[in-house]
Amino acid sequence: MKFLKQALPSIIVLAVVVALWWYAVIATNSAIFPTPKKVVLGTLELASDGTLWEHIGASLMRVGAGFALAVALAIPLGLWMGWVHGAYVTLNPLFQIMRPISPIAWIPIAILWFGVGNASPIFLIFIASVFPMIVQTTVGVHTIEKRYLRAAENFGVPRSRLFLKVVFPATLPQIIVGMRIGIGVAWLVVVAAEMIALRSGLGYMIMDSRNAGNRYDLVIAGMIIIGLIGLMLDGFMRLLESMKSVRWRYAH
Amino acid sequence: MLIERRGATPTKIKVDNIRKSFQNDKVRLQVIEGLDFEVNEGEFVAIVGPSGCGKTTLMNIIAGFLAPDSGSVNVNGVVRNGPNRKGIMITQQGSVFPWLTVRQNLLFGLPDDMPNRAALADEYAALVGLKGFENNYPHELSGGMLKRADIARALVVKPEILYMDEPFSALDALMSLRMQNELLRILAIEKHTVMLITHDVEEAIHLADRILVLSPRPTRIQASFEVPFAHPRRVSSPEAQALRVAILKELGVTEPV
Repeated sequence: MKFLKQALPSIIVLAVVVALWWYAVIATNSAIFPTPKKVVLGTLELASDGTLWEHIGASLMRVGAGFALAVALAIPLGLWMGWVHGAYVTLNPLFQIMRPISPIAWIPIAILWFGVGNASPIFLIFIASVFPMIVQTTVGVHTIEKRYLRAAENFGVPRSRLFLKVVFPATLPQIIVGMRIGIGVAWLVVVAAEMIALRSGLGYMIMDSRNAGNRYDLVIAGMIIIGLIGLMLDGFMRLLESMKSVRWRYAH
Repeated sequence: MLIERRGATPTKIKVDNIRKSFQNDKVRLQVIEGLDFEVNEGEFVAIVGPSGCGKTTLMNIIAGFLAPDSGSVNVNGVVRNGPNRKGIMITQQGSVFPWLTVRQNLLFGLPDDMPNRAALADEYAALVGLKGFENNYPHELSGGMLKRADIARALVVKPEILYMDEPFSALDALMSLRMQNELLRILAIEKHTVMLITHDVEEAIHLADRILVLSPRPTRIQASFEVPFAHPRRVSSPEAQALRVAILKELGVTEPV
């Protein structure tokens, strides 16, 4: 009941947007732009012949692979840069320069290096998500409160175990924030990357629908599905943020 | 000035002519200037002083977190050269790890291979009145409960010395008083040597066996008062109030009579 009360305004907004869209298409008598009904029918058509699931699976696989590689590099590297001052001053300028470069700008280089197979989008996703995660992890280590490190020292935790017992758990909330940012940009990038030359994925589906007979109902279906999956991925990361062992950092 | 040793109790902490200064840009700030005193085994010594006089610096040196420029701190006759689990520091902010439950916090300082460590942790949680909250996370606790967890975590490793730096200052007056009584109750069982830094003279009189008054910076020991009252103490008694006035006078505060 409470959830419904909270969600009601946004449901109304969505309904109004769909209604306006529908009305506009009919009022302008557009031959190309589809009505919501056409989009739903198009989606059902793709879902029933199975191609929709193949595209979704391909996109998710690429995001999963690129993001996993980025996590595997960014977290150890970020922890190291946060902990060892020399590593920070050496590497941080490089990453600060690379971070603002849009992943889209890497597309020509990705094609040059990896061709037009799966490796290119995976590389682009890696490039897009690795920097925010490195930065967040480093910031997380830098902002560990000294009192926790001192308490660990007081209780005789050897330096070799300090990382596991204090530094990592104290940084974990920031790592999760970085992962949430990272998966967000990864999802943005996969669609853009798939528009280039691949034969599968939601990005490809959108471009292909337009090129093969102006199926704008499927273009919009693809866009909406991308939005919904993005929302789900973000919701999954939010679940991580609600773990009790990291909530302290976000609460209040 | 050397404080006279009392009775036959052995000396636990011996602070020998320590000096400490901090370099800040071009200004050298002398914080501690030749300070000596001793703390006996099982004694409760409170240190009061004007704010900014270097109380916390002194405590950090004694607990081993900071090295003095010269002079030494001996604990059990051995020169102190770093913090260790025989002396646990409890600060105003507290340092209960927020990513661990109360029980996990208590287990933190115990060796992994120690038998019955979980039972010991629960025993100390119960000792400070946190029974039933062992699986709660710190952000689910109130300020007073958090402080109890801090104290329990210190006690469970069976330290010989507790270093308390304004431990109850962040609590409201009522909770502070309640925690003082709790501390006395626990100390009656556990008999630790305690060093307490406080700006609250009544708290010092309530808790300590001896009160050292520090001078303004560069600080040295300006006066020492025995607190000869048996527990439980009434801070409102005329004798205690007379002591309070005398200590406040040392701190440069005179009250209208």
